[in-house]
Amino acid sequence: NMTSISEDSDKEKMRSVSVDLNNDASLVIDIPDALCERDKVKFTVHTKTTLSSFQKPEFSVPRQHEDFIWLHDTIVETEEYAGFIIPPAPPKPDFEGPREKMHKLGEGESSMTKEEYAKMKQELEAEYLAVFKKTVQVHEVFLQRLSSHPMFRKDRNFQIFLEYDQDLSVRRKNAKEMFGGFFKNMVKSADEVLISGVKEVDEFFEQEKNFLLDYSIKIKDATAKAEKMTRSHKNVADDYNHISGALNNTAADNNTAFKKHLEKCAEVFEKLRKVEDRMASDQELKLTELLRYYTRDIQAAKDLLYRRARALADYENSNKALDKARLKGKDVAQAEENQKQCLQKFDKLSESGKKELTSFKARRVVAFRKNLIEMTELEIKHAKNSVSLLQGSIEILKSN
Amino acid sequence: MSCMRRFCHETQSHDSLHSCMCRRSVALLLLKMSEERDPAALSGSAQTEGEEDLFVSAMESPEAARLSAEDISPSSNGPRDDDPDDPDDLFAEATEEVSLDSPERQPILSDGPSPAITPVTISPRVDVFDRSPDLDEDEEENRDTFDIQISVSDPEKVGDGMNAYMVYKVMTKTSLSIFSRDEVCVKRRFSDFLGLHSKLASKYMHMGYIVPPAPEKSIVGMTKVKVGKEDLSSVEFVEKRRSALERYLLRTVKHPALLKDPDVLQFLESSELPRAVSTQALSGAGILRMVNKAADAVNKMTIKMNESDAWFEEKQQQFENLDVQLRKLHASVESLVCHRKELSVNTASFAKSAAMLGNSEDHTALSRALSQLAEVEEKIDQLHQDQSYADFYLISELLGDYVRLITAVKGVFDQRMKAWAKWQDAQVMLQRKREAEAKLQYASKPDKLQQATDEIREWEGKVQQGERDFEQISKNIRREVGRFEKDRVKDFRVVIIKYLESLVHTQQQLIKYWEAFLPEAKAIA
Repeated sequence: NMTSISEDSDKEKMRSVSVDLNNDASLVIDIPDALCERDKVKFTVHTKTTLSSFQKPEFSVPRQHEDFIWLHDTIVETEEYAGFIIPPAPPKPDFEGPREKMHKLGEGESSMTKEEYAKMKQELEAEYLAVFKKTVQVHEVFLQRLSSHPMFRKDRNFQIFLEYDQDLSVRRKNAKEMFGGFFKNMVKSADEVLISGVKEVDEFFEQEKNFLLDYSIKIKDATAKAEKMTRSHKNVADDYNHISGALNNTAADNNTAFKKHLEKCAEVFEKLRKVEDRMASDQELKLTELLRYYTRDIQAAKDLLYRRARALADYENSNKALDKARLKGKDVAQAEENQKQCLQKFDKLSESGKKELTSFKARRVVAFRKNLIEMTELEIKHAKNSVSLLQGSIEILKSN
Repeated sequence: MSCMRRFCHETQSHDSLHSCMCRRSVALLLLKMSEERDPAALSGSAQTEGEEDLFVSAMESPEAARLSAEDISPSSNGPRDDDPDDPDDLFAEATEEVSLDSPERQPILSDGPSPAITPVTISPRVDVFDRSPDLDEDEEENRDTFDIQISVSDPEKVGDGMNAYMVYKVMTKTSLSIFSRDEVCVKRRFSDFLGLHSKLASKYMHMGYIVPPAPEKSIVGMTKVKVGKEDLSSVEFVEKRRSALERYLLRTVKHPALLKDPDVLQFLESSELPRAVSTQALSGAGILRMVNKAADAVNKMTIKMNESDAWFEEKQQQFENLDVQLRKLHASVESLVCHRKELSVNTASFAKSAAMLGNSEDHTALSRALSQLAEVEEKIDQLHQDQSYADFYLISELLGDYVRLITAVKGVFDQRMKAWAKWQDAQVMLQRKREAEAKLQYASKPDKLQQATDEIREWEGKVQQGERDFEQISKNIRREVGRFEKDRVKDFRVVIIKYLESLVHTQQQLIKYWEAFLPEAKAIA
């Protein structure tokens, strides 16, 4: 008996950074619940499926963040997926902010009034919740990217991740020992040089390369600026909170009708704070998270280009080796075979790469559209709430 | 982490915070919150019903609310000069002038020929002293055509280098008979204002009058201006000072006794004013003043007054509390001003970044939408900046003024204590003289006896004067405090409403901008 995080319609709205996932009823995945114990988050991964490859039609398993990373890494290491954009790994849950606040709350408890303490506690819970929502969303989207991909959904490790009702930590250790992070440990800085250095004959890939290299810089910058903007917004909301508290303190001393006036003002600022806070959170969820996600996704696309560039380099090397072999008259057959394989690999990567990058653009456009629309609608809604709140309060204050 | 450990021990406390964060699942937490109907915990569009309940509005619908707010303009008594349909005009740039009735009465807007108050300017001139048509209990007495308007404007730099100074135009428009002309314009510099205050303080403070304090000096601020830095901070500094000087004059003439003071009249009317030399920051006179202040402080500590009148003790305590509270409130508002400025800067920075992203984007429709988003954010950054001016000029500066005013109020209470001490001292001296006379009675020194008798009479007079002075200052203070409290309440009520209206305007502009952007976002295909 699962407790859901929110109504189904709201779940739809929560899954925002990537769209058109979970449309296929044959494999539906979501994370309805998550538990926070000390530093560890336990996600409940819930699967509903009609596929016969699974043992049951519906089941849930507890998974930690590290299990997601394991799954991501095994997919990255899998040779046959080289031509696909690997969905970016979800970032580690970051509770540093709320944790700091909790610390402050604990330390200042004795010096606060009951009301102040209760208010701060409420804020703290809200912040914790916001971090939770974000991390659940991003882990959920990762799985849904896999389930909606024709190849990844069939991956054996993916199935194990979804189904295996024991702890995955043993497997995780083994995987680390086996793979040793081959692809991951490659020097990433060689990335850019290799990609830009490739002599591109294919117009499509030439364009994609130029686009991705530039776009990744811009989107990283936009993410950072959006984060700063949201933080400032939250600071303003905080100030409204302090002003409200200060007004209440002043009201406590005033014995005249002015006291009610001041209390009303304090109330207005308190409500304004809530709206401002919500505006900031929504902006973060729809805009900043969107930019963060696609910064990672762009990187995954670049990784694909990198793999293809490597394959091209391998092919060019194999050509040179074949020429050498022919010259020497030694191991020609072997060299020919190697060259053929390199070419095959390169062609395969190019073909699937083209498909992936094209659908990536479509996916990105749809996601931006959805999020920008939702963000705008929410901003309008909050602003309208502000206006009616303020105008109502002005009326009351004037009539006093 | 130690904090976690402390919270995780069930034995120590059943703090639900601990149980929520450390053990209970998020889902249950959310359920609990939705039961408590606290929408603040949920972001996004999760709780539409809860949100509506949160916002108690006197209006039925937002549209109706907007309409009535536009009809009820607090700042004009007559027909509005600007187009009520264009919300932009609400904040049109204009030179603000304030209409005040006879200072004896409560200030209300005058009808008819005198110019109507134009609405608040946000950038950067913000008029604090618009008087709403309050229904005051004194209103019957105030039916009069007395008025006085004062404006401080047109700052001009005179001279060069470190000897340079700013000169301001002070314009007074009035129909009061004590003024020689209906309209007079003079040029004054900052030290002239300080000089005026100094004179008024020395004349009236010891009588228990609350003399409005002059704006504060700022060596750093002025140096920048002198040195000729034409940057934004210098411009803002001059504007801040100009506004403060205007408020200072308005408060001063609002005081019925000060308005009639010849120094005030001379300040407002004379084309030439003797240079106030004793106000130089590090002058000899300045140092002397500091010494006097210190001596006063020491005196205060040694005077132990027998307070027969509970009213004074209560009021003094009230003002002590108010001082603390206002300072706190002021600090919070200053923080708001600072953060809103930051928000403006960060929004502008994001706007640029979004524009670059839009340029880089190779999907045409998305690229256009991102560029439009950048434009919207740029407009919003300007909104934030304007709002921060309102934050500052409407609320922050007013609070600052009141913090200084409270110091002046506390000062008159001190003056009363000094008057009491003087009276007591005179009584002590009289007693001594009587004792001395009594002794001389047995000494048969007739001329010394006569002298002693004369001195007794002298000191009896001083005792009577001391008592009269003390009673007078007590009476004055009661009246002054009453007036101060009335003004304070009125000022805050007016300003709060103005400020909330500025917030309304900002939000309405936000709605406008985002509603214009929405079809652009939807057009992404």
